[in-house]
Amino acid sequence: MEGVDHLAQERSKAQFDVDQMKVIWAGSRHTLEVSDRIARLVASDPVFRKDNRTLLSRKDLFKNTLQKAAHAWKRITELRLSEEEAYWLRHYVDQPAYTDLHWGMFVPAIKGSGTEEQQKKWLPLAYKMQIIGCYAQTELGHGSNVQGLETTATFDPKTDEFVINSPTLTSSKWWPGGLGKAATHAVVYARLITDGQDHGVHGFIVQLRSLDDHLPLPGIIVGDIGMKFGSGAYNSMDNGVLRLDHVRIPREQMLMRVSQVTREGKYVQSNVPRQLLYGTMVYVRQTIVADASSALSRAVCIATRYSVVRRQFGSQDGGLETQVIDYKTQQSRLFPLLASAYAFRFVGEWLKWLYTDVTEKLQANDFLTLPEAHACTAGLKSLTTSATADGIEECRKLCGGHGYLSNSGLPELFAVYVPACTYEGDNIVLLLQVARFLMKTVAQLPSGKKPVGTTTYMGRAQHLIQCRCSAQKAEDWLNPSVILEVFEARAIRMSIACAQDLSKFSNQEEGFAELSSNLAEAAVAHCQLIVVSKFIDKVQQDIPGKGVKKQLEILCNIYALYTIHKHLGDFLSTGSITAKQASLANDQLRSLYSQLRPNAIALVDAFNFTDHYLGSVLGRYDGNVYPSLYAEAWKDPLNESVVPDGYREYVQPLLKNQLRNARL
Amino acid sequence: MASSSATGADHLAHERSKAKFDVEAMKIVWAGSPHEFRVSDRMAHLVASDPSFRRENRAVLSRKELFTKALKKAAHSWKRITELGLSDEEASWLWFYVDELTFAYIHWGMFVPAIKGSGTEEQQNKWLPLATTMRIIGTYAQTELGHGSNVQGIETTATFDPTTDEFIIHSPTLTSSKWWSGGLGKIATHAVVYARVITPDGQDHGVNGFIVQIRSLDDHLPLPGVTVGDIGTKFGSGAFNSVDNGVLRFDHVRIPRNQMLMRVAHVTREGKYVLSNVPRQLLYGTMVYVRKIIVVDSSIALSRAVCIAARYSSVRRQFGSQNREINGIAVETPVIEYKTQQSRLFSLLASAYAFRFIGEWLKSLYTDLTQKLEANDFSTLAEAHACTAGLKSLTTSSAVHGIEECRKLCGGHGYLNSSGLPELYAVFAPSCTYEGDNTVLLLQVARFLMKTISQLPHSDQTHKLSGTIAYMALMDHYLIKYCCSVEKAEDWLKADVILKVFEARAIRMCVTCAQNLAKFADPSEGFSELSPDLVEAAIAHCQLIVVSKFIEKLQQKIEGNGVKQQLETLCHLYALDLIHKYSGDFISTGSLNPKQASLANDQLRALYAEVRPNVIALVDAFNYTDHFLGSILGCYDGNVYPKLYDEAWKDPLNDSVVTDGYPEYIKPLLNQQLLNARL
Repeated sequence: MEGVDHLAQERSKAQFDVDQMKVIWAGSRHTLEVSDRIARLVASDPVFRKDNRTLLSRKDLFKNTLQKAAHAWKRITELRLSEEEAYWLRHYVDQPAYTDLHWGMFVPAIKGSGTEEQQKKWLPLAYKMQIIGCYAQTELGHGSNVQGLETTATFDPKTDEFVINSPTLTSSKWWPGGLGKAATHAVVYARLITDGQDHGVHGFIVQLRSLDDHLPLPGIIVGDIGMKFGSGAYNSMDNGVLRLDHVRIPREQMLMRVSQVTREGKYVQSNVPRQLLYGTMVYVRQTIVADASSALSRAVCIATRYSVVRRQFGSQDGGLETQVIDYKTQQSRLFPLLASAYAFRFVGEWLKWLYTDVTEKLQANDFLTLPEAHACTAGLKSLTTSATADGIEECRKLCGGHGYLSNSGLPELFAVYVPACTYEGDNIVLLLQVARFLMKTVAQLPSGKKPVGTTTYMGRAQHLIQCRCSAQKAEDWLNPSVILEVFEARAIRMSIACAQDLSKFSNQEEGFAELSSNLAEAAVAHCQLIVVSKFIDKVQQDIPGKGVKKQLEILCNIYALYTIHKHLGDFLSTGSITAKQASLANDQLRSLYSQLRPNAIALVDAFNFTDHYLGSVLGRYDGNVYPSLYAEAWKDPLNESVVPDGYREYVQPLLKNQLRNARL
Repeated sequence: MASSSATGADHLAHERSKAKFDVEAMKIVWAGSPHEFRVSDRMAHLVASDPSFRRENRAVLSRKELFTKALKKAAHSWKRITELGLSDEEASWLWFYVDELTFAYIHWGMFVPAIKGSGTEEQQNKWLPLATTMRIIGTYAQTELGHGSNVQGIETTATFDPTTDEFIIHSPTLTSSKWWSGGLGKIATHAVVYARVITPDGQDHGVNGFIVQIRSLDDHLPLPGVTVGDIGTKFGSGAFNSVDNGVLRFDHVRIPRNQMLMRVAHVTREGKYVLSNVPRQLLYGTMVYVRKIIVVDSSIALSRAVCIAARYSSVRRQFGSQNREINGIAVETPVIEYKTQQSRLFSLLASAYAFRFIGEWLKSLYTDLTQKLEANDFSTLAEAHACTAGLKSLTTSSAVHGIEECRKLCGGHGYLNSSGLPELYAVFAPSCTYEGDNTVLLLQVARFLMKTISQLPHSDQTHKLSGTIAYMALMDHYLIKYCCSVEKAEDWLKADVILKVFEARAIRMCVTCAQNLAKFADPSEGFSELSPDLVEAAIAHCQLIVVSKFIEKLQQKIEGNGVKQQLETLCHLYALDLIHKYSGDFISTGSLNPKQASLANDQLRALYAEVRPNVIALVDAFNYTDHFLGSILGCYDGNVYPKLYDEAWKDPLNDSVVTDGYPEYIKPLLNQQLLNARL
């Protein structure tokens, strides 16, 4: 049994060069080479085993996480890995840990908001992990609305210190990862008070635990906030609660890049523009979009491989049953998710470029494109994370009952992913920000101000509100310019309809609140257009490799036509297409599914996931699912004894009808 | 409970005082009758006040501890049931409110009904007294490692041996291992095992049930030839992990011939396979029964999630402090005031009520069907079967999605286990794939609809169009004459208008499918090619059923000040939300035009405003105890934050201030001594 590839036949059907597609997926040959090397390094190291994670108690799981984090750091220093390699190593260890926040939030916060002097002091400590940092922003009673935070930082000119305090229960810091048990330091966000005046929320570096014995410092109450969704999943993280009772820190531990407090207690804005801080937000959200494609692609890889293995119905004369992937109902749910994984990959790649571009402009004091870049990343974060969370769960259902087993990997993948919809900006709140930006853009159209970037199409409003879709036969739906125009027409018509409805309200804010559901839908339409247009841009590039471009065209068309089908009400009610054209799009979609079918396994192989990283019995590369499922079952602790614990006390007296006398 | 949170004040009192209807009367409507309300309420309080039923912090328990504690609760439940001499009805409420999934759930829900449904009278006389006193514990062993929805694909064999008058039960392959059966892994002493009947002439007579003892009643050890164990952990912490879903293999296990369930077919002493005069269709009755229960469960699961999200949305505040003051202090806006929150939450609240009433209606359908079957009248069976299959699919898919939506509506805190929502989700998620995969079921509905349509041209057949497909008799009207009459938003409040638009959409989608099917030379190839469209047509049909039964409910006499008015609002909300979400269907079939869709949307917004002041009272009407709800965010008194704070400190990670693993894994890292450390 060992070594046989049960999916070899499927792999041989592929009509394109899988190795070339791996390069496309990775982004470059270099990235593929590095990530592949590090993936194997992690997979072959026994300390990084993760197949028994869902069986561990909370304490054991956490200790296991600490061990992996330490071991990862040990390997990184031993092997002198580059920053890029270290990133991939943490990625493939694939277990949420305090180090995610240290590297992903604490270090960037100091880089983004600290003065040069502060960076020189703190970054070397953080880079060598001589301190462990976390990012303490949200509070028990305050999430998305940062301006509502209650923690205070009151300047005391007598001692040249800030007094950090949690005045109420709801002001307790709540959720920061790494805070509960591991972090020695935090960037704490608090209201700055000088001389009785409230200057709003700022960041402060606060030491939480002693570097000698790890005990919390005086005035600090800190702990873990308890278990979260799922077994394994995010429970490896010590999301924490923190209360500060008049804790004093030196004045220079306020992050002072944008504004500062002088020795005398005067609040002063620096000449660094505030907008720079938005750059960090664009950065963080861009990484979330990249994560979305990677989470969705894992789920799709599992579901696709198992759909090829699993057979159901359709047996003629005692022969084999039909592979479930051959059912159109399976294809119509699975293939759009496969297409979405690719679509999100490419939009993530484009966002990386956008971030570089924005950073350059900001450094040149050019803030013109910032609102557009901000709206666009906010919207794409919302769109891709919502679609990914739903998509992972859909993949679980596509695996039938066995998807519900922990060892399918899908429950944990879902549980670990879902908070992406509410963290770093709740998805609905973000869509409303996009909508606000769109309404502003629409309002400025008559002034002749040219919309930029992803809103450029709005400059063609005159044309787009009148144009008629030219599709007359199913094949017309393969034409990128037809697809693009239909998405543009739908998006702008929805935006303009919202703007017109808004204008009926005398109070704009009231109108915005009342129509917010419609506005969110208009924002979704705009964001879907961005994803489609960036996919089309990608496909129009020069793409090497036999058949690779063709496959990407198929995926791009599936993504677009599936979106049209799913949001048909929008397209029809705005008159962007007719019912007849919708039906033709649907016909074309079916035919695209058939074209994709022989390539499905190769298209998920192109993600280049190791079995270790995938962590799924159903998604094994070799497809040898059933013997592995059977062998895995016996490892459950309940199977350690034939007669279970508790039999004598709770089952035997019941069977013997002796419960009445039993002490339970 | 020594806690900073035990203050007793009702933080939601101001919300409760806003209600414009009689909550007590609504509780009775929700429960189904004054009697059901009283019994369930009494049992809920009995369970909530019994310390043995205290809700453990299931998430922090190891698998073994979780399992043992569940066994204890099951034993205690049975002890109380026998001690108090509870009636069947009371007992079932007690199990329900204990709310801990165990072997008992399968014993009572699957094993006992299987014997009742498929056993002869003699077999029932022998086995039921043992089962109903729990002197044996049974499970239902149908699905196999390689075989789920397709029961006819099962591989386990039951070969009759005439020399000893026994069946030999055998698992011929790895994929034939029984897999998933609840209670099987560690507890059940007996199982109804589904296997292919093979008679001495070598003939395969398809799948039938057999009662097989799997463990000794003396020492609980598996009997010779039986390999049995647990299949491992499942989605979530807690959740279904308190159930020992099992794997079972037979190595030529012999059982007496009379342990074949022989109501419908039997094997004679000589080894001849004989169909009895009991019609096979009777077995479908059991399927209708089980799926009806699942529909009721959907309304319960969804209503719990909605109750949590609605209460917490009234507690949680976000943004908007510039506009709002209490006693001169600026406060943020409760999130329930936001239209984006309302449009997601209220449609789920309406769905919970809609599913409650459809479940109630299915109960009467089942009673009616049983009577007909017993009178050998099978005329309504196909329709009843399609309708329950479709409603099982529709309600479970919506409830699962709705629970997760409620979790998101609670923001970050919904992700904490103490919110109750993760476990609620993990428990209910498998309902989409068990007892008939939801997509497979919708295709069955579609098949039935296509058959119905194909028979329509024969006018002599229209009298057969009873029940939920009666509207299809109006096909010509809907295809040719029908035109939605809505001209202003208020027109969307007319039950008749709503019903017609749903009927038009369903019938037009069905007819389009039928026309497209006709283009294929091979009908089964066409069916498979067009299956995604067929699924959508089936959904349209099922949504129509839910809407029409909700409307029928409102035509009954409903007691209580303002109660009917609230239900009307919810009914309209349910229907108009569907029209909005599926506007692609409605517009593309010409059942309404874009202008009318936009009016429906306007009306929908107005309905949200009507629901708003009543929302807390509408979830109070579910009458859930805090024990049953099991959610800090959803606690009755709304005193959420102190309770969340207290709960955090109970996590095992907080047992010590400095964490386990610090000396080995953190200290050497901070001190840059990792290179020399042994990890």
